Amino acid sequence: MLLQLLFDSKTVREPIISRVAIKTGVPINILRADVGARKGEIIVEIPDEKSKEIERLFNEMGVEVHEVTRTIARNDNCVHCGLCVSICPTEVFRLNEEMKVEIRTEKCIHCSACIKVCPTMALYFPI
Amino acid sequence: MKTIEQINEKIREGSVCVVTAKEMKDIVSELGPEKAAKEVDVVTTGTFGAMCSTGVFINFGHSDPPIKFRRAWLNDVEVYTGLAAVDAFLGATKPSETRENYGGAHVIEELVFGREVELRAIGFGTDCYPRKEIETAVSLEDLNQAVMVNPRNAYQRYRAATNSSDKVLRTYMGTLLPNYGNVTFAGTGEISPLNNDPEFRTIGVGTRIFLCGAKGYIIGEGTQHSPPFGTLMVKGNLKDMKAEFLKACYFPGYAPSIFLGIGIPIPILDAEIAKSTAIRDWEIKTTIIDFGVPRRDRPVVREVTYAELKSGKVEINREEVRVSPLSSFYMAEKVMKELKRMIEKGEFLLSLPVERLKGKELFKPMKQKEIRIVREFMTKAITIREDSRIEDAAMLMINKNVNHLPVVDDEGILKGIVTSWDIAKAVTKGAKTVREVMTREVITVFPEEPIAIAISKLEKYDISALPVIDSKRRVLGIVTSETISKMLGV
Repeated sequence: MLLQLLFDSKTVREPIISRVAIKTGVPINILRADVGARKGEIIVEIPDEKSKEIERLFNEMGVEVHEVTRTIARNDNCVHCGLCVSICPTEVFRLNEEMKVEIRTEKCIHCSACIKVCPTMALYFPI
Repeated sequence: MKTIEQINEKIREGSVCVVTAKEMKDIVSELGPEKAAKEVDVVTTGTFGAMCSTGVFINFGHSDPPIKFRRAWLNDVEVYTGLAAVDAFLGATKPSETRENYGGAHVIEELVFGREVELRAIGFGTDCYPRKEIETAVSLEDLNQAVMVNPRNAYQRYRAATNSSDKVLRTYMGTLLPNYGNVTFAGTGEISPLNNDPEFRTIGVGTRIFLCGAKGYIIGEGTQHSPPFGTLMVKGNLKDMKAEFLKACYFPGYAPSIFLGIGIPIPILDAEIAKSTAIRDWEIKTTIIDFGVPRRDRPVVREVTYAELKSGKVEINREEVRVSPLSSFYMAEKVMKELKRMIEKGEFLLSLPVERLKGKELFKPMKQKEIRIVREFMTKAITIREDSRIEDAAMLMINKNVNHLPVVDDEGILKGIVTSWDIAKAVTKGAKTVREVMTREVITVFPEEPIAIAISKLEKYDISALPVIDSKRRVLGIVTSETISKMLGV
């Protein structure tokens, strides 16, 4: 499961992810981090069965937690050219048997690299 | 041996045998070219890719009082009006003057969708065309003619692209990731029209083709035609085109462009033509070129076949690099199938070319007045060592009247650069040696590079000098913005 962690000006300075990992013994995979001086947003991947516990711990330590459900989506502008295929760092896109671009949304890490390269502007994050 | 007339007769009767180029490969390898030529009458080929050299001739009809366009815009995309009064050419890559990520291609698409577009024009105000300006909205059906005429489409094959530099490049070949991060390629390989008739026996001037769902025609070889990198000049009526087979696009950092679906039927007149339609991706070679070098003659990284490119991965410098197509194989297949259906239904008859395309043509570079190179602008570099004292650097700058000192080692190899600004910094910081204040990531140029490249680097990085180095990073000299301004008189 993917979680979006929102840090405020106080929590952004604390090694909270490490604390949660040590406390739970669960490896936390950081997929994307956008950390500044006053706030931070980090997307992590955690095992589904530990999600309740981890979410509670983050909350206790003052971090806002949201489950990431919105993933990359496409509209019917897509012509299946495949330009996104080699851009995506986690290989979300691949050409299937029919040579159509197939999207494996579960691998999406929200980096939006594909959105910026798609020539027909077919890719977006639904709000 | 068959004739086009015999094939057309079969089309009219409904007894014609049409297969797609994809299907033909297996048929020929199973039956052999002789038998395949007896069985199959027509092979449909197809491509669906971004084709920049595309546009539409439009006649708007006359306003009252009439106007002769001096300049005109459709949805704020300027059209070419150096023609008769209300004729114009709408080019696909012309960007909108007001809207981002929008251009001629998008206007073409909106017209095909049946939407209205804003026409704004200014006139000369002549005795015969007194009107000086007009603003109105027009849709495709309001136009007298809207004829797509494309100077260069359907490239037989194309050079694949990669990027050796350490910057992301945004190109007409898509986004190229740094350090050979990916490869992109265009063209559909073994199903692409010209690869299936490389001798241009049936594809020529006057050949009827499928152009974005309409019947179009080849009107000549395209610009930059240079077999085996052949190209076609084509025309077709925009009013008959289908939105499904045309898609406006925008390449970030480059320009708008347009995806077009082009299909060409190849009449299987004899075994020789049957054999040429059996071509496979592994027989079609191209090169991967390096866009990291901003020159006309970009270095070839390696040779590659379309089979390798289509596999999704190629090897560069012993590393696996992911590959993206720029053409849609899915849509190209749709084009071939739709053309096949049209022929089977008797809606599309084949035509004999009235003139053959040139089998050989040289694609020359632009004739330029003079290309000035970095070497002409290079002055002697006053260099210094890493362990030199700041005072010595300052003294050297004053004595030699320079602002930049490339830092070199015993072999003259570039290690860094210090500027008079760095010296000022050193004083405030209390630094003792050059090492402590020098810039290590130095932007450099080669002596044979055009001066335009040096100028663009100076502007891009907002710096005032570039050490000139050789391939071993030995310092040969320096170019400064001061010297360039003086010599170019700007």
